[in-house]
Amino acid sequence: MGNEEAVFFSRVLTELTLSFHIIYATIGVGIPLMIMIAQWVGIKKQDEHYILLARRWTRGFVITVAVGVVTGTAIGLQLSLLWPNFMELAGNVIALPLFMETFAFFFEAIFLGIYIYTWDRFKNPKKHLLLLIPVAIGASFSAIFITVVNAFMNAPQGFDIVNGQLVNVNPILAMFNPAMPTKVAHVLATAYMTSAFVLASIGAFRLLKGSNHVYHKKALLLTMKMGLIFSIAAAVIGDFSGKYLAEYQPEKLAAAEWHFETEKGAPLILYGVLDDGEVKYAIKIPFALSILAHSTPNAKVIGLDQFAKDETPPLYIHYLFDVMITIGVWMTLLSFVFLIGSWRKWKLISSKLFRWLIVLGGPLSIIGIEAGWWMAEVGRQPWILRGLMRTKEAATTSGQVDVMLLLFSGLYIILAIGSVVVLTRMFRKNPVERELVDRASEKEGATV
Amino acid sequence: MTLEVIGISVLWVFLFGYVIIASVDFGAGFFNAYSTLTGQQHILTKVIQRYLSPVWEVTNVFLVFFFVGIVGFFPKTAYYYGTVLLVPASLAIILLAIRGSYYAFATYGGLTNRKRYTFIYGISGLLIPASLSIVLTISEGSFVKVGSTGPTLNYWILFKSPLTWSIVVLSLTAVLYISSVFLTWYAHQAKDDRATALLRKYALIWAGPTLITASGIIIELKAHNPEHYERLLDLWWLFGLSVILFMGTVYLIWRKQSYGVAFGLLVGQFFLAFFGYGISHYPYLLYPYLTIFDSFTNKSMATALIVAFIAGLGLLIPSLYLLVKLFLFNKEYVQGKRNNHA
Repeated sequence: MGNEEAVFFSRVLTELTLSFHIIYATIGVGIPLMIMIAQWVGIKKQDEHYILLARRWTRGFVITVAVGVVTGTAIGLQLSLLWPNFMELAGNVIALPLFMETFAFFFEAIFLGIYIYTWDRFKNPKKHLLLLIPVAIGASFSAIFITVVNAFMNAPQGFDIVNGQLVNVNPILAMFNPAMPTKVAHVLATAYMTSAFVLASIGAFRLLKGSNHVYHKKALLLTMKMGLIFSIAAAVIGDFSGKYLAEYQPEKLAAAEWHFETEKGAPLILYGVLDDGEVKYAIKIPFALSILAHSTPNAKVIGLDQFAKDETPPLYIHYLFDVMITIGVWMTLLSFVFLIGSWRKWKLISSKLFRWLIVLGGPLSIIGIEAGWWMAEVGRQPWILRGLMRTKEAATTSGQVDVMLLLFSGLYIILAIGSVVVLTRMFRKNPVERELVDRASEKEGATV
Repeated sequence: MTLEVIGISVLWVFLFGYVIIASVDFGAGFFNAYSTLTGQQHILTKVIQRYLSPVWEVTNVFLVFFFVGIVGFFPKTAYYYGTVLLVPASLAIILLAIRGSYYAFATYGGLTNRKRYTFIYGISGLLIPASLSIVLTISEGSFVKVGSTGPTLNYWILFKSPLTWSIVVLSLTAVLYISSVFLTWYAHQAKDDRATALLRKYALIWAGPTLITASGIIIELKAHNPEHYERLLDLWWLFGLSVILFMGTVYLIWRKQSYGVAFGLLVGQFFLAFFGYGISHYPYLLYPYLTIFDSFTNKSMATALIVAFIAGLGLLIPSLYLLVKLFLFNKEYVQGKRNNHA
């Protein structure tokens, strides 16, 4: 296998592993927060339903954590196995957040174990709630640290290169690179948003499938509220990300927006197809790109004409951008209508159609996450470290990457099927109605 | 002490932690499968599940910590080991992934009573230490050639080297020995006399092979890497102490007394041997291409990592203490009188 093939297969394998991992990782970041909120509401309102909600989410969460942990271990090692030259260079500059990420992960793992095995152990339920704080913090901080590493790849800084040698390394400066604030904030907000909508879609599905229990209604209202808050946050931060790109990584924004020529008062292009360099069937919003990039309608936006051909990202990232934005806006509207509707007691929101739309919202949000990551990552091509190291210089020289790709594909298929089967079995076998009755009789038994 | 030595010592301690904790985990899976095969599953399963459930995730973190740490402190290892380990490390990851997720699926998703899975689970636990221990063999040199396109691993020479197989066999016997000694103690704490008796038997069976294979490796090294062999001999007293601790463990287990002390002696034994091996390996990370000095990261990163490490330990040690206190050393939990599982 030649080097070109090794580069190709390394890219495919990394993309496959990450695309699979982020489904479980995103849920892993967001759900502890949701569990914490549910349990807190339950204790505060003295409402058994919310406590049970936290308990049932936790049980499902453990399964997703397991897959997240093992695929995270895979990507952690694959970084060195598939991109040894990159890790050698990056290890010198960006090892600090990688290292801190394992601490956050450690912290989360310990307290998750304790949390799961101490339901009903403490007389005061607040003590048990306290255990969840380190779980949620650990989960969010591992996302923060690992996103810092990714931000560094987009905006490397904190070192000088003199005659091919790395000198004056400043690990803190490398961490606080310009891409970091918007990346971290956007990752967190969308992870919380996606988790909320995934949980909402479970609630809506149960309501559709015959259960009309007030438990599911409470779950739906709580998660849609969270979903709305975080989708608005995601949109606001997304706007900041656009401004960041215009300033520091204009070629990514230009490729995502099919903005070929540098101009003032640039329009925003939504949808459309690219045919022989011509944009067709697109919706053009005048001045919107200038506003997105620099907050003023007449600002100059740098186009692709300013970059050498071999330094521009592939143009198909525009479609990914469309998918991400459309899903984000759609989910914000859907949750907004739901909340207004539940406040004004509209019949619409308990209609079958509307509930099916909520069910669809969970998978859609995950697609949005994937599209966003693909856009961000492909938009950095041909660089692995923007402006410094090209992807093809970083890949392994090993000849067996193609076989490894097959093996890992098999693994992910097994994990995907396994986790789905186990999760559905767990909840089908033990519906809420039965668990509520069981818990009530357990409590009676305890007081008698 | 230089920063390089601090760095490698920290990583070696974590690797040691992983070896002990993972051995208990892998061995437990194997004994569980073996007892199923011989129709004694009812004796062991409960004790093993009770120990493993709250800690399975933590075990994995020790490994992640080690490989992230080594790339951080010694970035050049990513280039050498990353390139040559693609196949063995990928296989280990896949096995770990199947094993880890299966554990969670079975324990929380109710697949526990499937014999076939129990069996696969037990075997995979033995294949993982075997595939990971290859790294130790490779580090002894002469399996890797560095050419113009980068380092390559010669699988055939690796496969037919007696050193490879000695290290693989040592990793297997050590896993079973460490695990059975720990579980004997744990079962005794749980007041489960039948499990204690069975595990005690396993511990005595695996003690001998562990010592024999460990000594065998020293002889293998004499032919394979004379320089390393000389350095090992210089440290004879460390290995001598290790053997004395070993005899202490076996004596206590034989006399059926103080299982806790016996496990403590075992940890001491492996600690001395592991450190003796590590020190004798100094200063090479990959003989003869890579030493800890030429692969070490820059000073500012090293300082930052050590500060992060100390701060991290400040968080970890109290949390690990809490975990151990709530489960391992909680009488009611260990004896199965509590079931507060979500």
